[in-house]
Amino acid sequence: MSDEVIVSARDVHKTFTVTKTPGIFSRLRGARTEINRIEVLKGVDLDVHKGQTVVILGSSGSGKSTLLRCMNKLETIDSGRILVNGHLVGYEERDGKLVDEKASVTAQKRTDLGMVFQQFNLFLNKTALGNVMAPLQDVKKMPREAAEELALQNLKRVGLLDRKDNYPSKLSGGQKQRVAIARALAMDPSVMLFDEPTSALDPELVEEVLAVIKAIAAQGTTMVIVTHEMQFARDIADVIVVMDQGIIVEKGTPDEVFFRPKHAKTYALLKRSGLAVEPPAAS
Amino acid sequence: MVLALVLGLLLALARISKSRILRGIALVYVEVMRGTPLLVQLVYIFFVLPAIGVNIDPVPAGILGLGLNYAAYLSEVFRSAILSVEAGQTEAALSLGYTPGKALWKVVLPQSFIVSLGPIGNYFIAMVKDTALTSVIAVTEILKTANVINAQTFETTQVYTAAALLYLLISLPLSRIVSALEKRARVHV
Ligand SMILES: Nc1ncnc2c1ncn2[C@@H]1O[C@H](COP(=O)(O)OP(=O)(O)O)[C@@H](O)[C@H]1O
Ligand SMILES: [Mg+2]
Repeated sequence: MSDEVIVSARDVHKTFTVTKTPGIFSRLRGARTEINRIEVLKGVDLDVHKGQTVVILGSSGSGKSTLLRCMNKLETIDSGRILVNGHLVGYEERDGKLVDEKASVTAQKRTDLGMVFQQFNLFLNKTALGNVMAPLQDVKKMPREAAEELALQNLKRVGLLDRKDNYPSKLSGGQKQRVAIARALAMDPSVMLFDEPTSALDPELVEEVLAVIKAIAAQGTTMVIVTHEMQFARDIADVIVVMDQGIIVEKGTPDEVFFRPKHAKTYALLKRSGLAVEPPAAS
Repeated sequence: MVLALVLGLLLALARISKSRILRGIALVYVEVMRGTPLLVQLVYIFFVLPAIGVNIDPVPAGILGLGLNYAAYLSEVFRSAILSVEAGQTEAALSLGYTPGKALWKVVLPQSFIVSLGPIGNYFIAMVKDTALTSVIAVTEILKTANVINAQTFETTQVYTAAALLYLLISLPLSRIVSALEKRARVHV
């Protein structure tokens, strides 16, 4: 593990504003537009070092996805800073304030982060091979032959060379997710972000995807993984962080977190997943 | 038809754009075009425009009128097709380093085009039928020719049956082609 920090989040705050405009009839009866603000991230600090695998645990709604999506600016942040390879992604800093930067610059920086979604999000009109080739050609401007060769290499890494000509509709969920992983990997990002990569899968397909992720981790890829698979988290993580209601409540090695949880929330998560541990002394 | 497709796509993009002005203009255009009869629009182009100094030959006028009108309908087809492509597709593209424009052009539009093929085809067939309307502004086409022949021969039934058959002859193969295209495109989606 090196000291080089790939992702560094400092005091990240994020609030969603949900505006509910009532229908015309309710409005006639005097209903007003409702504005609800939900503070989803309340000051998150996190460092991801080169080669590290950081696993984020936490119950649903605790802000895990939002944190990942803020890293590549699929969501904006209100305050704080997230640096990827030392750069802000999606912003410039002017007089201490974050200002949106040019979309093309953001796009370029996003190639530093590979993202794998819960719902796979394969391009439906392209084959497995086409999915992996597309960003190589469209974004990296590789010539067709080179893109195809690199795409095939990456499909091989996820064990799907024999499915290269299948469209997503002809792939199982596990296969789709492996193609999605190959597609992100082929762009050679500095860090891979996984947002519950196996949550949308039938139970019998979970293992093949986890195995692929483990293999990639073993090759030294830097990653941040949001998952509910506790055993997997324990096996793969260098660092585990536990989120609850928009803050990180616990951070440590798998052994620390699994055997000596400090926070009641961590204990509750472990207990729910059937991993027996001592309750924390006090929290 | 090409005019209708291109303008329709532009209108659809305007209607989903971030700019309020673009959205407004496109909305007004679409509502006006869909809210008034095609015949009125054709007559307007052919008789009113020359009055303000714009002279168009009958055939281009007919094409222009149909194109402008169908663009409004096709823009709605494109708009709903674009919106039917899941947000996840765009997010995946963005996360891979596509700019928003490139994500739209390379990822979303190709998929929405597949979705729109059916409706586009149907509008195309309707458009062929609507060319009859343009005869009002003296485009020499089937119905008008039929009128002429009828006037010369007084074989009313035969002439108009022949005209009807001609329409059928054009629109039937078209609808076949459309559904075949649709089938091929849908196999993978
Ligand atoms: N686009 C959004 N608009 C409004 N609220 C949102 C949006 N996305 C997420 N939220 C809310 O933010 C909170 C955290 O969501 P999320 O980051 O998805 O949690 P997790 O991934 O840990 O389950 C939830 O309460 C969720 O309802
Ligand atoms: Mg989530």
